[in-house]
Amino acid sequence: MSIQTMLLTLSEGFGLTLVIFFLTLVFSLPLGLVVALGRMSKFAPLRWLVQAYISIMRGTPLMLQLIAIYFGPSLLFGISLPRNWRMIATVVAFVLNYAAYFAEIYRGGIMSMPLGQYEAAEVLGYSKTRTFLTIILPQVIKNILPAVTNEIIVLVKDTSLAYAIGVVEMFTAAKQICVAPNSPGMLALLAAGVFYYVFNLVVAIIMERVEKRLAYYR
Amino acid sequence: MKLLEMSNIQKSFGDLQVLKDINLFVEEGEVVSIIGPSGSGKSTLLRCATFLETIDAGSIAYVGQHAAETKAAGGQAEYVPAGELKKLRNHFGLVFQNFNLFPHFSVLRNVIDAPVNVQKRERKEVEAEAMELLGKMGLADKAKSYPYQLSGGQQQRVSIVRALAMNPKILFFDEPTSALDPELTQEVLKVIRALAEEKMTMVIVTHEMAFANAVSDRVIFMDGGVVVEEGPPSEVFGNPQQARTKQFLEKYSD
Repeated sequence: MSIQTMLLTLSEGFGLTLVIFFLTLVFSLPLGLVVALGRMSKFAPLRWLVQAYISIMRGTPLMLQLIAIYFGPSLLFGISLPRNWRMIATVVAFVLNYAAYFAEIYRGGIMSMPLGQYEAAEVLGYSKTRTFLTIILPQVIKNILPAVTNEIIVLVKDTSLAYAIGVVEMFTAAKQICVAPNSPGMLALLAAGVFYYVFNLVVAIIMERVEKRLAYYR
Repeated sequence: MKLLEMSNIQKSFGDLQVLKDINLFVEEGEVVSIIGPSGSGKSTLLRCATFLETIDAGSIAYVGQHAAETKAAGGQAEYVPAGELKKLRNHFGLVFQNFNLFPHFSVLRNVIDAPVNVQKRERKEVEAEAMELLGKMGLADKAKSYPYQLSGGQQQRVSIVRALAMNPKILFFDEPTSALDPELTQEVLKVIRALAEEKMTMVIVTHEMAFANAVSDRVIFMDGGVVVEEGPPSEVFGNPQQARTKQFLEKYSD
């Protein structure tokens, strides 16, 4: 296998890595906020339910969650699944897992807001929704950015866990190249490592820009 | 006309009764100062007046309209529905000890956001009014600044402008200068004094005795959740009748 073929195969895997990465972010960031609000709800049963969900998502390996979501429906309930179930299961597992982590980050951010911000808004007649969306949330987002960046960087590397259910994302592709006849061997893993590193470098640079953008106030 | 009528207010936090049967009536154009030691209940009274705390018993009314009322003797206070409470909020403004400006809004946005988005007034008109108020407070050049770029005194003046922009009938101040050094304190007190001269109705919780003496029509001395003494400043400061009042004021005499 030539190096060109290797890079081509790797970038095909990288495509899937990107799909998992972006779909996870797009769904888990908003879902995490909803989960956080549920976690802080005044309605106790909802709060307990959400607490249990977060506890399970954080307390068990993501790889196990992937396997459970991929095989669970057919093994437990005998449901016939769509052809692209492998990819759907991957994204569902990642979204559910990351939403739990993001929820706790949001919750920390929301709880650290000074009470005075709520009181000032209340006296000025803002509705609760308006207070949350225009006064609290923008400040929370600024404050939690470093923690979110951390989580996103972990996500980049976590995408490789999808190999557990046979998704040929970049890391799986690299391993397959390694064992192929006449392969460049370890070079594929090294190249995959470089891909991940550069990806995360880009993530870090983008997040730093976002932080700078929000640095217009303190 | 009485703008605010608070009668027989009772409020407890757990087992601790913070307000024991307090009455506070404020006439239009009147400036009332509330003084007293920490823990006397004066800030709680203000927070009850502005609906940040709910009273246990008693009644609160603005311009004759009830916000909360105790119907049966010995019963609990009942508040009017949220919609009506929201309307009553339009009657008053509150200036906090810690300013509580919105840090992510510019000075101008801090001032106009509620009038535009809550009161649904015309943005241009509100903006013109806001700029005029900021100018009056010597803050015209700060309209585009963010709160963190201002001194404490400037931030407090912005928060006064923010409250005024809602066109309240009555303005409450909760220890407006307690977070400021003496110089900045004077700068804020000057502004409040100017408002008093314009006959703005104000209730001021303060530890600035000389200021309370100079600016108030009436001074209320609170201690232990009750009004110990009340009257024109010349009386309360010049000729206090109660031993507790004398004892308290002596600590400020030097």
